[in-house]
Amino acid sequence: MAFFFIVFPLVLAGLAALIPSGRWRPWLLPVAGTLHAVLTCAVLARQVPTSSTAWLALDPLGKVILLVVSLLFLFCSYYAAGYLRMRGERPNRVFCVCLLAFLGVASLAAWSRHLGLQWVAIEATTLVTAPLIFFNHTQRSVEATWKYMVVGSVGIALALLGTFFLAYSALHAGLEASLTVHDLVQHAPNLSKPWLHAAFVLLLVGYGTKMGLAPMHTWKPDAYGEAPGVVGALLAGGVTSCAFLALLRAYHICVAAGESTYVSRLLLFMGLLSMAVASLFMVGQRDMKRMLAYSSVEHMGILVLGLGLGAPALFGTLLHVVNNGLTKGILFLSAGNIHRAYNSKSTEQVSGAMRRLPLSGTLFLVGFLAITGSPPFGPFISEFMILNGAFATGRAAVGALFLVLLLIVFIGMGATVLKVVQGRPSFAARGTPYRDSVLTGAPMLGLLALVVVIGVALPAPLAALITDAVHYLEGRP
Amino acid sequence: MSNLLNSLLVIVLMLNLFALGTSRIASVIRTVAMQGALLGALPLLLHGHASSGAVLAAALTIALKGVVIPGMMTRALRDVKIKREVEPLIGFQASVILGALGTVCALLFAGRLPLAAQHAGTLMVPTAVATVLTGFILLITRFKALTQVMGYLVLENGIYIFGMLLVEAMPLVVEMGVLLDLFVAIFVICIIVNRINQAFSSLDTRRLASLKE
Repeated sequence: MAFFFIVFPLVLAGLAALIPSGRWRPWLLPVAGTLHAVLTCAVLARQVPTSSTAWLALDPLGKVILLVVSLLFLFCSYYAAGYLRMRGERPNRVFCVCLLAFLGVASLAAWSRHLGLQWVAIEATTLVTAPLIFFNHTQRSVEATWKYMVVGSVGIALALLGTFFLAYSALHAGLEASLTVHDLVQHAPNLSKPWLHAAFVLLLVGYGTKMGLAPMHTWKPDAYGEAPGVVGALLAGGVTSCAFLALLRAYHICVAAGESTYVSRLLLFMGLLSMAVASLFMVGQRDMKRMLAYSSVEHMGILVLGLGLGAPALFGTLLHVVNNGLTKGILFLSAGNIHRAYNSKSTEQVSGAMRRLPLSGTLFLVGFLAITGSPPFGPFISEFMILNGAFATGRAAVGALFLVLLLIVFIGMGATVLKVVQGRPSFAARGTPYRDSVLTGAPMLGLLALVVVIGVALPAPLAALITDAVHYLEGRP
Repeated sequence: MSNLLNSLLVIVLMLNLFALGTSRIASVIRTVAMQGALLGALPLLLHGHASSGAVLAAALTIALKGVVIPGMMTRALRDVKIKREVEPLIGFQASVILGALGTVCALLFAGRLPLAAQHAGTLMVPTAVATVLTGFILLITRFKALTQVMGYLVLENGIYIFGMLLVEAMPLVVEMGVLLDLFVAIFVICIIVNRINQAFSSLDTRRLASLKE
């Protein structure tokens, strides 16, 4: 089963490389996305014993991440077909191949229960997404891709060193050095503490770079700003979720080793720092895609903060992974449409998006309300749970700071978003050919429907999935 | 055995400082190639016996780190017709001193991490950490894209040294994954280096400054 998940997107990627017609090639994307989503639904329903020692197995944590990646890719794949039809002037062979390969390696990251294998998968997501950022071949996209590659590779290299440290902590304790999650969690209490501490710091910095935690977030605004909207959606919802899964694994091992106080302090600090840095850069931001990148930095901070709060906030944190992925999809796809209609992403040129593009403009505004935690959308529920967790663990100061930072972000982001959607479109923008179509509009509505459903009535299967994952993290059967 | 190993590791440390002190990009590439080839031979020395798997891994590493990647870099260097790293963020002598300080810090840091009995008395951990730090210094203080890539390679070398402590315990598959990833990363970076040169007519990453707040 695992092999099929990983191999079929790669086979389709190979097929995409062989298809000569740039008009028909993008249609492989929806095929892959739909097939993957159907398979994911089938596999999520199955119970897998979490004690599996196999390198490839889907545990409850992997299930949550696989669900996010699969859903997001499903909607993005239809959007991408519509987007590439508009961009008929650019060759799309590399773009399609890399998108399909991304689906394969992201599935591998979700399935792998071996930290070395997971590292390879996450490194592979960096490699296959770099050409996607470079799609427009402009000077600015060269610069963004270069920064993405250099900062991303250094981060991932540190994560490898952290993985080695983790293996050595077992070796030093006289255990058989193994990097399977099962063995490490099983033997966690016996692992050598100094090595485990050093390993966690390196893994946090390394995978934190990939997630875009401050102060290792510098690549993020550039990469998200220059990449096409659909790529931004997959980076902000897919790649970051995979990196977060790797961090979850490290957290799981440290908690099983009885080091939760040590990791909590680090995670809380990184979480609040990321939120603070993001809120600073979001105030007065004139570029809407860069603003979304900082919003992503903020939400990675929220995830890490929730993890740092521990048990009472874990459900909210894992739910927030799902919410963040889906809502970022709405925002990046609508921002991409607005960018296309105005040929600009700066608020100096973009205004009146709700008149020029009634659907995309409205969804951009709605997406903003959702991501900043307004009811009745999903992120409201998960952020509220994390806030509750802060007070439940007696960390009132953290809770208060969390609220203040959310408020600053709301105001800062709101100012930019309102400039984009309100007012009258300029004369130049009215003359551009872009209009919302079914392919570029419906995927956003689909994502919105999911975010609203999660916010209004959390579906029981999803709640069960996340409860399973929380129990698994806490070491309960 | 431990003596021979430690003397090799001291050479690795000296190569670090040499890479920091030279302005000619070609000699940085040669230094890093030499370091890589030396590291390829490490696993054989470490275990004293030569199984076919170990020889294969060593040969592959030497070929990749010592020949293929430096060859690609030298070709890229010839294509862009630059010779020297001019005006680094901090001067060459200063970066050598910084590198030496980093090595001292690495020794102190490694002293706090207990080693397993079979590795006691070797300089593996401090060398690994010092090499990672050297890579960081090169990455941060140099502005030519090629030198930055060399910095990344030095960083990878440091991680590789540490990986040697685990070579017996970790399956070959992961090792191959690591090498493969190294190769692919460098390959992609090489392509970008070419693109930067085409788009900006220069390999100076200070030109890459249109994206900022």
